[in-house]
Amino acid sequence: MIRFILNDKEITTSLPAGTALLDFIRYHKNLNGTKIGCREGDCGACTILAGEMVGDKLVYKSATSCLMALGNAHGKHIVTIEGVNIQQLNFIQEAFAIEGATQCGFCTPGFIMSLVGFCVKHSTQDGLTALDAVSGNICRCTGYKSIERAVAMVADKMAHCGEEDAIGYAVANNILPAYFATIQPILLNYQLQQRSSVPVNTGAQKFLGGGTDLFVQQHDAMHDADISLLFDKTHLNGIHQSGTACWMGASVTVTDMLESSVFRKHFPNLVQYLRLVSSTPIRNMATIAGNFVNASPIGDLTVFFLALDAQLVLSDGISTRELPLRQFYKGYKTLDKLPGEHIEKIWFELPAAGALFNFEKVCKRTHLDIASVNTAISIQHNNDVIQQAGLSAGGVGPVPLFLRQTSLFLQGKKVTEAMVEQAIEIAQSEISPISDVRGTAVYKRFLLSQLLRAHFISLFTALDAGKLVKV
Amino acid sequence: MKNIDSYSHTRGESVYLDDIPLLAGTLFAACFDAPVAHGILVSIDASAAKQSDGVIAVLTYKDVTGQNQIGGIIPDEPLFAHNEVHFCGMPIALVLAETAQQAAAAVKKITAVIEPLPVITNAREAAAKGQLIIPPRTFKIGNTTTAWPTCAHVFEGTCDTNGQEHLYIETQGAYAIPQEQGVIKVYSSTQGPTAVQRAVCKVTGLPMHQVEVDVTRLGGGFGGKEDQANTWAALCALAAHITRRPVKYSLHRMEDMRMTGKRHPYSSDYKIGLDSNLKLLAFEITTYQNAGAAADLSPAVLERTLFHCTNSYYIPNVTATAFSCKTNLPPNTAFRGFGGPQGMFIIEAAIAHAAEKIGVDASVIQQNNLLKTGDELPYGQKVVSEAKECWSRADELYQLATIKNEIADFNLANQLVKKGMAVMPICFGISFTNTLMNQARSLVHVYTDGTVVISTGAVEMGQGVNTKIVQVAAHVFAIDAAAIRVNSTNTYRIANTSPSAASATADLNGKATLLACTEIADRLKAFAAAELQVPVDSISFCNGQVCIDGHPSALDWIKLVQLAYAKRVNLSQHAHYATPDIHFDKTIEKGHPFAYHVFGTAIITVTVDCLRGTYEFDSVKLVHDFGSSMNRLIDRGQIEGGLVQGIGWMTMEEIVYDENGKLKSNALSTYKVPDIYAAPKQISIDFLNTQQDNLAIFKSKAVGEPPLMYGIGAFFAIRNAIKNFNPAAQPPLEAPVTPEKVLLWLYADKIKTMVDKIKTQHLPVFK
Repeated sequence: MIRFILNDKEITTSLPAGTALLDFIRYHKNLNGTKIGCREGDCGACTILAGEMVGDKLVYKSATSCLMALGNAHGKHIVTIEGVNIQQLNFIQEAFAIEGATQCGFCTPGFIMSLVGFCVKHSTQDGLTALDAVSGNICRCTGYKSIERAVAMVADKMAHCGEEDAIGYAVANNILPAYFATIQPILLNYQLQQRSSVPVNTGAQKFLGGGTDLFVQQHDAMHDADISLLFDKTHLNGIHQSGTACWMGASVTVTDMLESSVFRKHFPNLVQYLRLVSSTPIRNMATIAGNFVNASPIGDLTVFFLALDAQLVLSDGISTRELPLRQFYKGYKTLDKLPGEHIEKIWFELPAAGALFNFEKVCKRTHLDIASVNTAISIQHNNDVIQQAGLSAGGVGPVPLFLRQTSLFLQGKKVTEAMVEQAIEIAQSEISPISDVRGTAVYKRFLLSQLLRAHFISLFTALDAGKLVKV
Repeated sequence: MKNIDSYSHTRGESVYLDDIPLLAGTLFAACFDAPVAHGILVSIDASAAKQSDGVIAVLTYKDVTGQNQIGGIIPDEPLFAHNEVHFCGMPIALVLAETAQQAAAAVKKITAVIEPLPVITNAREAAAKGQLIIPPRTFKIGNTTTAWPTCAHVFEGTCDTNGQEHLYIETQGAYAIPQEQGVIKVYSSTQGPTAVQRAVCKVTGLPMHQVEVDVTRLGGGFGGKEDQANTWAALCALAAHITRRPVKYSLHRMEDMRMTGKRHPYSSDYKIGLDSNLKLLAFEITTYQNAGAAADLSPAVLERTLFHCTNSYYIPNVTATAFSCKTNLPPNTAFRGFGGPQGMFIIEAAIAHAAEKIGVDASVIQQNNLLKTGDELPYGQKVVSEAKECWSRADELYQLATIKNEIADFNLANQLVKKGMAVMPICFGISFTNTLMNQARSLVHVYTDGTVVISTGAVEMGQGVNTKIVQVAAHVFAIDAAAIRVNSTNTYRIANTSPSAASATADLNGKATLLACTEIADRLKAFAAAELQVPVDSISFCNGQVCIDGHPSALDWIKLVQLAYAKRVNLSQHAHYATPDIHFDKTIEKGHPFAYHVFGTAIITVTVDCLRGTYEFDSVKLVHDFGSSMNRLIDRGQIEGGLVQGIGWMTMEEIVYDENGKLKSNALSTYKVPDIYAAPKQISIDFLNTQQDNLAIFKSKAVGEPPLMYGIGAFFAIRNAIKNFNPAAQPPLEAPVTPEKVLLWLYADKIKTMVDKIKTQHLPVFK
């Protein structure tokens, strides 16, 4: 039995855990304000909020309900557009009306929900702005400028919140209905009954994390699938530093990474990198391990962690084994993983003081798009002489690649323009891109060369960039 | 005034097709569509599907009770594939099941034997093989042949624009409900309720009075639901007619993308001639429109390409020929601008080409040749122009020379990023070019409590037409807008509607509403004059009051209405409006097809990351000819939205079909439209307020389509930035310019060297 709060009502359902939350909301609960635009998390028309207790705090995150399993709503507060309506228009809705930020109106509830998510988020630790909150919402009518003006009004309003409890402030300022103040005690009660500590069922047909890949790839099969839910398992969550290593549970999301003090300390440009990874609601749902297991040749997080030489702890429910991510991929969508195994933990050595890291990604649309080519580099150096390097690349082979030869070549080299060009030559021999909808093979080859140049230009400012970008 | 739908939109309470409460017994439809682009349909095996859970019926061409035909302009488009399939995505069979999931599951169990035939995806190839939708058309003014020798500069070249997916966020759909006495009621997400009614009648065999089409609103249309909504409505209505049960079909995004047509790709040859003072003397084009597998609206789109292929410029000698080419792609269709943008791109490409060769900035040629009032366009209409006014105002306001200098300074100071700029003037004709469609009707009821309900043929799809219609009535009756409602668009209330298209919806339906309201107001004024015993011309309405010589009388609006009703005064009116003075003779391709033209000038500035090939638009600063805007909030929204959609078409929106005619960019993950970060950082809009008389409603010029064409400047701005990085670069005139193309064009020589090297090294998997 799945039990949660839907807007202002507690509900239970015996529908399968793999039912898309969107279908439950629209077709079982007749809450039609949540719209269907694409069913693959790329338009944001079905955005809802999922609230849960994190420690003693009630934390809301936006999610695209088309990719969220009903089972992952268990024990949470699910908020749809109907759940944020008050007597008149709430502050965000009024801002949209005043600025003409709604034309055909179909995308509007999704935008409103994303902004409610911005207003009630508990921390600004993720470094993201109100505009970033709507990064997953596509509007085909307005050209976004009126939406930007409405977003600015909302951001201004929230700027006055200060240290106040965001939910209390939102209720007091016509952003949220009063019932939001009653949610926390109910969720605390749920928490005691959570299934989060129940061991993973390794006999299930499918392991499901955040759902952002499975609900896209296997949409029709999900409803009736025999699913083992991983997302809310306590032992699969959390990021912590242990000595010089960083440990993450398999269900850690991209947003968890963004909010983690460990990551923010060791990757000063983290926000810049992760802003290039999908959108706010997808980052809230997508897990790091899911990105690994999905085995997409262009997985952003996979490329990120290949450069860092991350290690996986795989479990079959009885015993565990450890495996470098760099050895996880056997061929196109083929993994060194048995059907009953799932990733339990991921760990990597944090970059030492003075170490360098960079992530590059280019796609047709800079944000909320799948890379044509992405690449990451991790370097330890001494006076511009490279001691150790890890270079990875996606979109240029059947699996996300650790560029072993190029990484080896870099070791011991002094960074010069000529050396960069030599490294590019070697990288070219390690890749085998194909032409597809994300670009021709020629483009991907050349783009990787450019992105390798970008790594070195970004990390070694003494280099003569002009020499590297000669036509 | 705010959009009247903003309250329900922002609360998620607006009703779209998929939100209509379902009747018990509703069946759900799903299509089995052609998996190949061209072939002989030998057989269909639906036996397993018919046995599938919840399936009630599977329909094919054999089940059509009327004609298996939905072609609008030309009857060349079967609803269901019969002997042949003509494009990937063509409907072959329709499954009807108790749930949408069951219907989708059953579709997967259908198979068809299709003997492949050669597939054509390219317009020029189709033309070479004589595959044309209609005979080619030519617009001509002056004599280009005799003009060429008088030109100081003559340049020839080719240019291409790709298609564009509409990507209305609400997908296509319909819900058909059988009524008593054989009537079918169809809820449709369509811009053309009457087009749907006709298609349903043709397919079912029902007469028009047996088919009611109702449209509350669309979650976006952009032309994609003008004729292409017919398919789903016809399928559902046929199924409802046969099964006598309600039938609903709301398309999955991937079904929508692969089964529907898009903006037409064009491939064009041009020849342009200028005198030594850079005056345009002669222009010739031959353009090939990729129409897809059936006519749809392609002939009308083709016509508008010809109307707009000289954009905002006066050229005394023009010969423009256009071919509508039949290929094995889904039938391409209307899309904001309707062929106009494709035509304008050709002249802008030719001017850019000429400017580069002559060594001047394209803006010099553009400015030098702007239309002035009285100039004759190639189709014979003498223009009332605001082109120079818009340009001068833009220059004055935004300081073109300063922008150019700032860009030059920036480019000197920056090695890896370069800026580029382009100016884009526009001139767009308002009216359906098919003169007969320029008519509309409005039905206005005043109730005895003083409230008003209006029905028109206009379909609200976000453009704010219903808000403007409310404004018209509120103005005439001088009552609060809250007392006025616009009803859903319904073919039983308003007959024989023209589609909501051609930017003309507010003009046509607004004027019809103005006529209807004025008739009622006149009757009420006459009645009030008699009641108050004053001359009728002293009566006016102001702020809900009846006024005598501008001063409130004892009578207010509500009291007046009640008294008039008691005295049996007619409080309802149906009115008809037909645009005056417009005509066009296709036999000579001359006439006066447009009620008026809309003008504007935009300055677009872009920054290109020349290391990565990506770009960001810094600003678009424009002056737009609104006439005298009746709703600045809505009109501003149309400019911003149209502009960004145009930029999308020119940049990241890339439709990809493979050589077999299969759509590869078939989802939102593979077809990218602008997101909030991709919009220009700054959009400045100056309202050129003109008081000249025109045929627009309240002199507030049509605003739907024109701004899309400002986006064309995005292509040329990026192209200029590329040349600012690599002066030797020769970027082809092929839109869209994706980040891939930017990189390939920036580094053409280097890439050639790389390719040669790779070939000699036999590196793995290279094609």
